[in-house]
Amino acid sequence: MSSENLTSSVADTNAGEPAAAKKGNPAGKVANWADERLGLATLAKKNLRKVFPDHWSFMLGEIALWSFVVLLLTGVFLSLWFKPSMAEVEYMGSYDQLRGVPMSEAYASTLDISFDVRGGLLMRQMHHWSAMLFIAAMLVHMMRVFLTGAFRKPRELNWVIGGLLILLGILEGFAGYSLPDDLLSGTGLRIADGLVKATPVLGTYMSFFMFGGEFPGDDIIPRLYIVHVLLIPGLLLALIGAHMLLLVFHKHTQWPGPGRTEKNVVGYPMLPVYAAKAGGFFFIVFGVTALMGGLLSINPVWKYGPYDPSKVTAGSQPDWYMGIAEGLLRIMPGIETHLWGHTLSWNVFIPGQLMPIVLLMIVLSWPFLEAWVTGDKREHHLLQRPRNAPTRTAFLAAMMSIYGLLWAAGGNDILAVIFHLNLNHITYFMRVAVFVVPVLVFILTRRWCISLQRSDEARLLHGYETGIIMRSPEGGYTERHLPVSEASAYTLTARQRDQVYDAGADADANGVSRDGSRIARIRARLSRGMFENNVQKPTAAEIEDAHHHADEVHELEHAMEGHSADGHQFDGRHPVDGEELRNH
Amino acid sequence: MSHDDNLPEVPADERAAMAAEEPLPNPGIEPHTPRPTDVDKKAEKRAERQVATFFGLSMICTILFVVAYFALDIKDDPDTIGGLGASNVALGLSLGFALLLIGIGVIQWARKLMADVEIVEYRHPATSSQEDREATLAALSQGLEESGIGRRPLVRNTLLGSVALLGIPAVVALADLGPVATKSVRKRTLETTFWRSGTRVVNDVTGLPIKADDLEIGQLVNGEPEGLVHVPEHREGVTYLEGAALQIEKTKSAVIAVRMQPDEITFSRRSPENWSVAGILVYSKICTHVGCPISLWEQQTHHLLCPCHQSTFDLADGGRVVFGPAARPLPQLPITVDDEGYLVAQSDFNEPVGPSYWERDSE
Repeated sequence: MSSENLTSSVADTNAGEPAAAKKGNPAGKVANWADERLGLATLAKKNLRKVFPDHWSFMLGEIALWSFVVLLLTGVFLSLWFKPSMAEVEYMGSYDQLRGVPMSEAYASTLDISFDVRGGLLMRQMHHWSAMLFIAAMLVHMMRVFLTGAFRKPRELNWVIGGLLILLGILEGFAGYSLPDDLLSGTGLRIADGLVKATPVLGTYMSFFMFGGEFPGDDIIPRLYIVHVLLIPGLLLALIGAHMLLLVFHKHTQWPGPGRTEKNVVGYPMLPVYAAKAGGFFFIVFGVTALMGGLLSINPVWKYGPYDPSKVTAGSQPDWYMGIAEGLLRIMPGIETHLWGHTLSWNVFIPGQLMPIVLLMIVLSWPFLEAWVTGDKREHHLLQRPRNAPTRTAFLAAMMSIYGLLWAAGGNDILAVIFHLNLNHITYFMRVAVFVVPVLVFILTRRWCISLQRSDEARLLHGYETGIIMRSPEGGYTERHLPVSEASAYTLTARQRDQVYDAGADADANGVSRDGSRIARIRARLSRGMFENNVQKPTAAEIEDAHHHADEVHELEHAMEGHSADGHQFDGRHPVDGEELRNH
Repeated sequence: MSHDDNLPEVPADERAAMAAEEPLPNPGIEPHTPRPTDVDKKAEKRAERQVATFFGLSMICTILFVVAYFALDIKDDPDTIGGLGASNVALGLSLGFALLLIGIGVIQWARKLMADVEIVEYRHPATSSQEDREATLAALSQGLEESGIGRRPLVRNTLLGSVALLGIPAVVALADLGPVATKSVRKRTLETTFWRSGTRVVNDVTGLPIKADDLEIGQLVNGEPEGLVHVPEHREGVTYLEGAALQIEKTKSAVIAVRMQPDEITFSRRSPENWSVAGILVYSKICTHVGCPISLWEQQTHHLLCPCHQSTFDLADGGRVVFGPAARPLPQLPITVDDEGYLVAQSDFNEPVGPSYWERDSE
């Protein structure tokens, strides 16, 4: 059924049949019925063949999206049996070891889901695994977007939305992790209570409002439940919707290459290829999650027992995405200020509240900071290779090194046990390393990127290494280089030249700086720091020169054609025709 | 506004010079290379059969899922197949493959059989056209003009005021989320535990009271005040708590009783000798960092380590912090023995236990 049929069916007359839908075509009839009420054809004609560029790294965000769908599906299943109540009950279910033990209804119903609802354990484990996958995929997707500069204009707001999605995803994960009310998650909530109480001035009030009085009380599970199943999922859904709408509106970024420009997008149409690939990928993510739920045990709450605030197990760890907060808490020295009958716990406030906010602010504001330093107001739809933005790439590598160190610090007790190290030494090491290592990683990554840029330039100007070693008449050896293909050469040059911002431009004719020139100088210094050492792509003249040089080499090589260089003809015992060089 | 106007923030002449500097011309999209399935009828048929096989296998897996659901009783087998449960493994495998095979089939279909010609679509700058902007501004100002919001500040300001004021009930209505932590509320909640003068220290598992002689040198026992551990026969005159009240009191009242050589203990103003009985000291079990129960005892060094964030306290030296993120020593419970020889509290803790909070007087 063609769209002309649909759009021409204007209801200009009530007499007779609508224009479209041949008789005996039920799908056509339904489409016609819907279009007369919703005007779907106009909407769909633009989007059914919408182009999406193809690259494996564009799949990372898709993993996050599909695992969110899996979370919704498995979560609905779990909510049919889970009882968000802290009322004390005696467990009478199938799990022998805990039968007769007093516990909260939340914990008892989690045991029921695990042992008395068929498929319940599978759904619980799938729910937990897809939550892991959701947050991990969002983080890796964010790194991809960051490394390739996909957050630049006009996508800054989508970057901010993405940052909020990660924050909400982590909060949602923590809320869900706390619901079973087992010993491990209860300990997590106890730590959260400690973090809240460390808030200057308001901490005690906030803690009492959260828990309905003293920790743990009997309000927190029902409250976290509604936050977990309605409030945050609603926000996530709205933000994911906005994220996707903006993606469609901006059209996806693409890698530079032949025929790919800032003004077009080259790829496969939504229908059929992209719809099939993305739709198929949903089943793959869902299927992998089901396999994980069936084969990989996660959060076996029956082994931990019900929450008891006077008990804890050695080696207690939060879910991995809380690992950096855990690491910060563990390596922070114990500093408190006691003044006028008040206590300010720097040891909890800084790692538990200040640092996460600072980290989030850096993440959310990066596109704006970078745009300010570069002064770049252009739209960018072509992605950058990480090496072509050395400072940015190095910044991310430094952040990743902090993340990794804090993660390790969050498991300092486990490391001490596994590697037979002194726990205190690990902690002291981490206290220093989180400041030193990122700086080293930054410098190293930046130089590494610039080296890669140089190697790209060499490939462009002098061709690639063929592995063929040429021996010259003088006995010198050289490796033969051949020019890279036209497409690769173009791809290597399809990037913009960095422009170092010059603060001098802001001074007036007499060289006297205008107001705000201090900021301009800072901006200029940052800009120099970011770009000064980068390798810029060669100009047309430079490429011309290089080709000229290559031609000379080729001529030389050409002159030797026919003289297979096995070395024997130059041993002095054989005459070599036309080999003037030998007589030199 | 044309696309070009939206591009660089550099002057036009400079831009032209930059364009001229472009080292290589854009060679355009590579020509499409046909796949085997595009040119070879046999390969095409083969791919078609492959895809259909994937879908067919998926159906079998779905049927297996239903069979496993009814055939395997989870009650009996939570520990079979590597501790994962036979039902769980069977359901996970069958559902997983049922889904995966659909996904693999569809993607194989897309890769082998659907058209793989790349197509081009043109981008438009995100910004609206100048006409659209002007029209919007005109509509906006006309709308605002007709509403008179600019001309009638009295109406505007009272409206803003009344709507803003509505924020207050939204906040006030949440006040019953919990008690307001005023000084008196804090006094009877955070700053009071279940310990009273004469409350027995009981073993936190058996609920039995502890005699001084029961403890050997170097031994550490996790304790609770009597009434927080349920025993078959309740002792007269003791309140036994349940449910939330029990959990709240356990959060504050859990203790550790430890016996050390008296000459190894450093008594001080914080930890006077008359708070102990024959080298037995009782400390709060709740970490002063963020409130985990501390439980890892190093007998040789008298150190007690918190398994959550590894704060370490020296129990022979008034619960002093020797390592880790905690900033304050563990509160000590003054104890004595009652006439039957059991360890009892002299009084409640003389400072709040657990993590710090703003109003805590820690000086």
